[in-house]
Amino acid sequence: MSNVLEVTGLSITFATPRGNLRAVNDATITLEQGESIGVVGESGSGKTVLSRAIMGLLPGTATRTGSIKYMGKEISELPEKELRELWGTGMAMIFQDPMTTLNPVRRIGAQLTESLTVRLKLDKKEAHKQAIELLRRVRIADPEGMMRKFPYQLSGGMRQRIMIAIAVSCKPELLFADEPTTALDVTVQAQVLELLTELRKEFNMAMILVTHDLGVVAGHTDKIAVMYAGDVVEMAPTRELFKNMKMPYTEALLKSIPRLETPTGTRLPVIEGRLPDPTKNEPGCPFANRCPYVADKCRAEKPPLKDTGTGHLYRCWFPIGGEK
Amino acid sequence: MAGSGKAHMRPDGDRILEVNDLTVEFDLGRGKVVKAVSGISLDLIRGETLAIVGESGCGKSTLGKAILQLPKPTSGSVNFLSKELTTMNKHDLREMRPAMQMIFQDPISSLDPRLPVSEVLAEPLRVWNRGNEVEINEKIDELLRAANLDPAVVRDRRSYEFSGGQCQRISIARALALDPTMIICDEPVSALDVSVQAQILNLLQDMKDRYGLTLIFISHDLAVVKAVSTRVMVMYLGKVCEVAPPDDVYLRTRHHYTKALVGSVPIPDPDRKISAGLMQGEPPSTIDPPSGCRFRTRCPAATEQCANEEPQLREVAVGHFVACHHPLEA
Repeated sequence: MSNVLEVTGLSITFATPRGNLRAVNDATITLEQGESIGVVGESGSGKTVLSRAIMGLLPGTATRTGSIKYMGKEISELPEKELRELWGTGMAMIFQDPMTTLNPVRRIGAQLTESLTVRLKLDKKEAHKQAIELLRRVRIADPEGMMRKFPYQLSGGMRQRIMIAIAVSCKPELLFADEPTTALDVTVQAQVLELLTELRKEFNMAMILVTHDLGVVAGHTDKIAVMYAGDVVEMAPTRELFKNMKMPYTEALLKSIPRLETPTGTRLPVIEGRLPDPTKNEPGCPFANRCPYVADKCRAEKPPLKDTGTGHLYRCWFPIGGEK
Repeated sequence: MAGSGKAHMRPDGDRILEVNDLTVEFDLGRGKVVKAVSGISLDLIRGETLAIVGESGCGKSTLGKAILQLPKPTSGSVNFLSKELTTMNKHDLREMRPAMQMIFQDPISSLDPRLPVSEVLAEPLRVWNRGNEVEINEKIDELLRAANLDPAVVRDRRSYEFSGGQCQRISIARALALDPTMIICDEPVSALDVSVQAQILNLLQDMKDRYGLTLIFISHDLAVVKAVSTRVMVMYLGKVCEVAPPDDVYLRTRHHYTKALVGSVPIPDPDRKISAGLMQGEPPSTIDPPSGCRFRTRCPAATEQCANEEPQLREVAVGHFVACHHPLEA
């Protein structure tokens, strides 16, 4: 199978008044056609910056090193004009907040047919027909009526379905979903995640699902990359990660999820402390100050990314379950 | 039920709050009326945490605000600390406010960005003449420490310098400033990361024990309320579906809507698929809600009876109430 995406040694820093802020350190990720990866981490872990960097959506204050290849072609140095050709047809993005990503003064129909007429050069009639089909595909009950509506008339879940319809309208190879369900209720979240997985399989799209919730990615991804303070600290096929996690951070993240099984009145396990200051370059493992298994070596030297040989990578001196 | 009824009320308990047949409607003009909350009754026993759970638009936030008379409900009664709030004049109602506080969903926008944290906390204390400046200062430090914040570090900073979790800690400290009896927490953790959620939930538990609080905890996520609540009330389209202790809601679910909510909670296990198929579509409009049981249009067990007759809450096990004509087997 061919690789849709190859990211090698990607680092992003932002120039800020307090000095250079390292948002992503030396990230390497490959994604095959139709494959989905969950990028998981806390606020400030660099997960959103990573996905925006791949799309070419970084602000001017960012500096980037490393290579980004899309379908075997280096795209990190492309001028915006050429990059634009890829947006929509090659790579598309669904953002977190469905309330603010739709244009409030244009009808759904106009927003949905725009990419069809501009990118796919369809005529108006054909674009309308396809738009209706897309709405039906994302399970909108009355597609004709929906075309005439404005975003304020829709609930959050409906708007996110429209965003998904727009994102997949030109059948992209690679779909970014940045916290697509964080603003939604649990019942709607379940529906939207199922819809995304269904569409991904139907169109054979690769997907990058960015989220802070390990529960969200568990049933909907092929592999998972856990990020902490700009580093990819663990990466493994989804089942392997949950069955055999190596990083104390991944474990802590998993334990902090509130579950229905939790007996009432118990204290939830928390990750004490905070992310390290991203403008300072301190020695040692960035998680050392919050890690329950910390040892002297962790504070002195930053662990390298180790490969177990089975596609399971981790960045820890004292992995859970020992070295394999 | 989504139905009505009062079987779940506990007249013998040490009740600090009793709400009867509370209705909130918003007039949209042209004969359209949004029926946000329709005849809800509930009571609150000193020291308990009542969780109100439901989807967006089910009226849970409106209910919380109506209890605080923000704004006053359309009809029904709210009796807090043996005083009727709905008929109270403005002045008397204001006197009641310190005892009933609220924590909001968005921690960043609920703090004034221009005020340093010390002023955010000093404001209620000054307004209510709770001591001289020295005493107020001591109280601020005590509140911040209780919320696990270092007064020396945070006092002079403003809200934009903090993360969402820290802002929520400050909001909690503020809600505690006037020694309230009851705090209504409206989705206090849904804007936060999972790792921070756990910290805030633990903090709320600590505060409850330390200050002897009674809480109403509003959320759309059953897993979140499971750990902190002593009683759960599930709402749908302005009505009550099920009232039960949290373990019963999860282990012995009796209402079809509650079952769908339980099934939607994401489980961090790749081998256990969440069952989104339990419920499709969106809730119907609150302008023209379905007749009878309001959940019937999405319910797998709906019959003609459900369209004609509104189910009433009835006790199906000790402390477990359900409003459904065809409840699930326990």
